[in-house]
Amino acid sequence: MTETVASKPEGTSPWGRRLVVAVPYLWLLVLFLTPFLIVLKISFSNKVVAQPPYEPQLDLAGGWQAVKDFFAGLSLDNYYAIFEYTENIEAYFSSLKIAATATILMLLIAYPMAYAMARAPKTIRPTLVMAVILPFWTSLLIRVYAWIGILDREGLLNASLQWLGIIDEPLEILHTEIAVYIGMVYSYLPFMVLPLYASLEKLDETLLEAAADLGCPPWKSFWQVTVPLSLPGVIAGCFLVFIPAVGEFVIPELLGGSGTYMIGQALYAEFFPNLNWPGACAIAVLLLLVLVVPIAIYQNVQTKEIEGRA
Amino acid sequence: MALKPAQKALGPIRRSFAPWLDPSAVPLIRFENIVKRFGDFTAVDDVSLDIHQREFFSLLGPSGCGKTTLMRMLAGFEHPTSGRITLAGEDLAGVPPYRRPVNMMFQSYALFPHMTVEQNVAFGLKQDGLPKPEIAARVAEMLRLVKLEPFAKRKPHQLSGGQRQRVALARSIAKRPKVLLLDEPLGALDKKLREETQFELMDLQMELGLTFLIVTHDQEEAMTVSDRIGVMNHGKLVQVATPGEIYEQPNCRYVADFIGNINLIEGVVESAGGGEVRVTGEDTPGAFVCAAEAGPAPGSKVALAVRPEKMRVSLDAPPADANNVLQGEVWDLAYMGDWTVLLIKIDGSEKVLRVSRANMTRTEARPIAWDDRVHVWFAPDAAVLLTS
Repeated sequence: MTETVASKPEGTSPWGRRLVVAVPYLWLLVLFLTPFLIVLKISFSNKVVAQPPYEPQLDLAGGWQAVKDFFAGLSLDNYYAIFEYTENIEAYFSSLKIAATATILMLLIAYPMAYAMARAPKTIRPTLVMAVILPFWTSLLIRVYAWIGILDREGLLNASLQWLGIIDEPLEILHTEIAVYIGMVYSYLPFMVLPLYASLEKLDETLLEAAADLGCPPWKSFWQVTVPLSLPGVIAGCFLVFIPAVGEFVIPELLGGSGTYMIGQALYAEFFPNLNWPGACAIAVLLLLVLVVPIAIYQNVQTKEIEGRA
Repeated sequence: MALKPAQKALGPIRRSFAPWLDPSAVPLIRFENIVKRFGDFTAVDDVSLDIHQREFFSLLGPSGCGKTTLMRMLAGFEHPTSGRITLAGEDLAGVPPYRRPVNMMFQSYALFPHMTVEQNVAFGLKQDGLPKPEIAARVAEMLRLVKLEPFAKRKPHQLSGGQRQRVALARSIAKRPKVLLLDEPLGALDKKLREETQFELMDLQMELGLTFLIVTHDQEEAMTVSDRIGVMNHGKLVQVATPGEIYEQPNCRYVADFIGNINLIEGVVESAGGGEVRVTGEDTPGAFVCAAEAGPAPGSKVALAVRPEKMRVSLDAPPADANNVLQGEVWDLAYMGDWTVLLIKIDGSEKVLRVSRANMTRTEARPIAWDDRVHVWFAPDAAVLLTS
């Protein structure tokens, strides 16, 4: 990277520039950092039966003593509490496991899809991209409900398989982990396909010709040229689906059974039925800490990718 | 400039290198009646061409003339609609690109961006499954050849255009292919670097004894490096000859016009015989005589092609025995140091002739200037008679 000397353009006041930069920062501060700090604060609070259902509340009217009391009232108890229930720990692990497995499944399905799209004639590529995005026109909740109709004992899938004579007894898919995987893969697949497509589409085809010219048959050049060059897309796609999948609530709740308990469900249980906001917030903050590592890796790779292109 | 060992060794051989004149020589590459159509468009139209071992052959033509398609068919990326390509006697039909003993240097260089210079050069050797130490030795040798040793560990995006071009070259010769194909290899380089590289390519070809097929639209490049040039236009091979023959003996108006500068005087044959053809000018008034063994029948339309440097120009009247004398006025003049180029409007016509004069003395008593009335003439053997 060349060092750019920031020269001050004539006639632009530094304030004008600062204002432009300030807008996105302000946005992040108000809509991202502030809510997070509130969640963090609640996670250190105690559950009470009141409105709002936690204490202490900061009352600045009480002066310095009130501020001291406020901080004295905060504790890490909710975090310790998470570890007292093995259910919660298991929920974390099963969330990571389900999200990771679903991510690998999606990669295996999405790569050939994206590859075929990128190799399709230029004229039909926009249509194919449109087809990938099309499901987003309907609400996720409705689409997941639709899967109940498909996977049910008397659902579309069992009915057609029985009609075709492939099975005698209906398959138990709904309310199993398999249904959760189906739901996850179905819902998040576009987020995997699109970054893969983007990186495969810009792959220069003369590179494959060059590989062939140097004696590399197509099945080898796929592994030696295509795959390494699409790696940024693979990484972007994996994180784009893995991170939201870990915290997924709707899919395991609607499609999963008693055997699948994910962290999103634990969070819901604390928040609503138990009205334990501090406990729920602690779970959310801990989940964030768990995900910070992969997010940091992702950011790092993205930065490198951008630098590599420059 | 000192002679390199290879030049010392191969120089004399090189001078007498003309296997295409030997009827018993077996060509290395044969294109036989190659036709290539893309839909309605005929990219290559019935081309037959023999290229000999150790030859440096250029396909020259404007973009879209089919030269690149012809080369890509040899590499195996396109398949002829009809016709046959053989390499060392083997029919290449059905042989995939990765099994052909030819390597190509791509116009865009097509370096693998995720590999270092070293890995790029080693790529082809690895495909052959050579033992590691041998690959390392060969890569080192190639990098030394193109003077890129200090850059072995760099990625392509960390190199300049000229360095990338050398990596591409090193990669394409690393496997010692029977034939090296070069697609507009020097197009992206600036003039000085291009000239340097042209000479390096020629040295390399001598050193390695490879057969080179180069595709270019740059006639200067083709003239400099080639043993023979094939000029293409609209998918057809118009003329195949040495650079000298192409320049001095173009076989049609297209080749004459495409290579260098030329004056074309259109006319009709008056009489032919006795080693000369007499032509009455149509766009240029006058009677011309041209040295030619066998002329076309009287009445046929021809063009006399005369190179600017083969025209004579003078303020004074030409010698009494001079042929093909014209008079005109200097319209434009460009002093270029070694040459002066004059554009002379011929009296009684719209014709403007281009005449170049070598500046053989430092001073002249009365140099030719703008608006001067001058005499222009050329010898009968300076003109080439073109019928097509």
